[in-house]
Amino acid sequence: MKDNGKVTNIFLSGVGGQGTILASNILAEIFLKAGYDVKKAEVHGMAQRGGDVTTHFRFGKKVYSSLIKYGDVDFLLSFEELEALRYINWVKPDGKVLINRQEIFPPAVSLGNMAYPSDVEKTFKKYFKDNVWMIDGQGIAKQLGNAQAANVVLVGAFSNFFPAVKEEQWLDAIKGLLAPKLHDLNVKAFYAGKKAL
Amino acid sequence: MKKEIMQGNAAIARGAWEAGCKVAAAYPGTPSSEILKDIADNYPEIYAEWSPNEMVAMQVASGAAIAGARSMCSMKHVGMNVAADAFMTLSYTGIKGGMVIIVADDPNVHSSQNEQDSRNWARFGKAPMLEPADAQECKDFTKIAFEISEKFDTPVFVRTETRVAHADSPVTLEDRKESKISLGLDPKEATKYVMVPANVRVRRKAVEEKMKKLEEYAETFKYNVVEMNDTSVGVIASSAAYLYTKEVFPEWSYLKLGMVWPLPKKMITDFAKKVKKLVVVEELDPFFETEIKAMGIKIWHGKDVIPNMYELSPEIVEAALKGKKYKAPKVRVKPEDLPRRPPNLCAGCSHRPLFYALKKLGAFVFGDIGCYTLAFAPPLQALHTTICMGAGGGQAHGASKALGKEGLGKVCAVLGDSTFLHSGLSPLMNAVYNKGNSTTIVLDNRITGMTGHQEHPGSGFTVRQEPTNMVDYAEIGKALGVKSIRNIDPYNIKETMEVLKEEMAKDEPSLILCKDSPCMLLRRAKPLERFKNPVYVINTDNCRGCKMCLEINCPAISWREGAGQTKDGHKRKGTVYINPDQCVGCEVCVQICKYDAIEPGKK
Repeated sequence: MKDNGKVTNIFLSGVGGQGTILASNILAEIFLKAGYDVKKAEVHGMAQRGGDVTTHFRFGKKVYSSLIKYGDVDFLLSFEELEALRYINWVKPDGKVLINRQEIFPPAVSLGNMAYPSDVEKTFKKYFKDNVWMIDGQGIAKQLGNAQAANVVLVGAFSNFFPAVKEEQWLDAIKGLLAPKLHDLNVKAFYAGKKAL
Repeated sequence: MKKEIMQGNAAIARGAWEAGCKVAAAYPGTPSSEILKDIADNYPEIYAEWSPNEMVAMQVASGAAIAGARSMCSMKHVGMNVAADAFMTLSYTGIKGGMVIIVADDPNVHSSQNEQDSRNWARFGKAPMLEPADAQECKDFTKIAFEISEKFDTPVFVRTETRVAHADSPVTLEDRKESKISLGLDPKEATKYVMVPANVRVRRKAVEEKMKKLEEYAETFKYNVVEMNDTSVGVIASSAAYLYTKEVFPEWSYLKLGMVWPLPKKMITDFAKKVKKLVVVEELDPFFETEIKAMGIKIWHGKDVIPNMYELSPEIVEAALKGKKYKAPKVRVKPEDLPRRPPNLCAGCSHRPLFYALKKLGAFVFGDIGCYTLAFAPPLQALHTTICMGAGGGQAHGASKALGKEGLGKVCAVLGDSTFLHSGLSPLMNAVYNKGNSTTIVLDNRITGMTGHQEHPGSGFTVRQEPTNMVDYAEIGKALGVKSIRNIDPYNIKETMEVLKEEMAKDEPSLILCKDSPCMLLRRAKPLERFKNPVYVINTDNCRGCKMCLEINCPAISWREGAGQTKDGHKRKGTVYINPDQCVGCEVCVQICKYDAIEPGKK
């Protein structure tokens, strides 16, 4: 891949249990193997109990901070619409945004005390114009037989932003991180996601 | 050499293995828990155990070290408070085989009850401390910590924090090298290890001599690194704070401290002379700053602009040091206007009906640390204190002594199974011994839940999944002298309330054990098997939209706005909806619904 010495900042957000960590592990494998310095930071804590999850992923010739500087995100990859909106301020004006069309209600919404934001796509398009993509990861994964593969569908879609990375590199990383019995499903999920954009 | 992406904690485990570590003990705590698990999963050459608390882990590691083995204990920052009693004297006795203490801080309290700067332990307890910045350093520093430990006859700290422990970066792998120290115990060394006053006074001097030698060593320590660049500003920093500052001010000069105690005073003085203005960037306490100022060195910026609480980040460091010149990115959406997403008890969790029952009884609940701490949040709001492991037991006793008969029926303590074994036995023993009347409830879900499922002496398995003895909580209660020991099935709300009411009203200590209530995520305990139906649905013919079932804050239940009426003509503003993907059929909401509106469904 071409290298201009710049560090690329990818911010992943979602809800505990959505598989954001696998997605960021795939990215880490790929860019480490491509010869970059990489850093990844996430808060584990109580994410398993349905809290929000974020991962900062950075790659470049030399990466210092594991945390992306506020406002410096090149790519926002979000697994849930509200969790995308929560980090809209983090994205650079020319950043690219990929959002999974899924709404998971937080308690305040479930209890009827607050409304779920209805205009996520519109808000992002207002600021990022054509650099916003929305895909139905669950829907696509369900068609393949398992909604759990939605995270790899998203990774497939996200792979379009890195044309210099070969398809095999993505697939190798996915296979390397998943048990063999899950390979077929997730390879299909990757391709389905890739085509969805 | 092979390079791998590793989490900081995994790199510490790797470092211990490469250094020839033989014994590792820990009690789980975010962000340190992965270290011991990683050792157990990947490095069979190291004996690994979950100890019941950090104090025991520290004791185990030091015993192994005295027997000549390289040993390690790991814990979160508050764990050091528990282990401190052993540590403060171990720094006098010293060790034989290398002993490393990993202490993981949690700035910004992502998952803790307070925010402590563990660097203070090194100064307070007189032991060296290293502080890695990334995963490679986590491995390297752990290895060199063993060497320092043996060279200076002292336990050595490696301090991490969330952004180091839970950050992944490339690590170069090397082979394991066994320690050169031979195993064995030597009774002739007793004067070194028996801390009676006469021996203490001898060792007291040895401590000061050790620290003096370590101060000299710090000057040559290869991970205290000077990076000279633009000399108009020089930064002294360590760990993640160094990385953040380097990220935003790459042009400045740096003194990166890998050893944060004792400090390399000469190195600091020389560095300060070479730069025009000196900046100290550190997370939490002004630890370096206080020391550097005491050396008579002038600091341009330190805690006057850098926050002394929460965690730092590149933009916080940039904004602090640029002052008015900092330009914040444009705010497109105010995050505070969006609904928050706090963690919640899982659908089907046995803590939910228990706290619902406690709330209905109007009990004041002295709490503890675990998933059930979430019962504090609305709408449950059924837990009223959280201080430290085991605290609820002692506090409930204190409160009932203060309130006398007035307190009967109103006060109880809740502890998890893991925290009960960690620090809950002494308070229960105390309540019996001192003729108290507090009620202690053990929320036994068969695992250490919140930190991600670590085994403990009551779970029946070791860290390596070997079956082992299971503590019998009722027998413990009996042995401590508790006369009233009751089992409850928390999923039966009515019966649970009856038992709780009876026991809280008794003028004697009670122990209540939650039975058959394993963690929903603990697959081996088959938590779903006890539920009759896989899922429940709302019968909209009957739902009056009374919102009673929302009171339990189940993630599967949500409110659907929409005026309408029941089949028998009751007007309503909306109905509730049960998400079949999340519902596990625990029937807690069914027991709460007064209108038979929740009935079995099909998955």
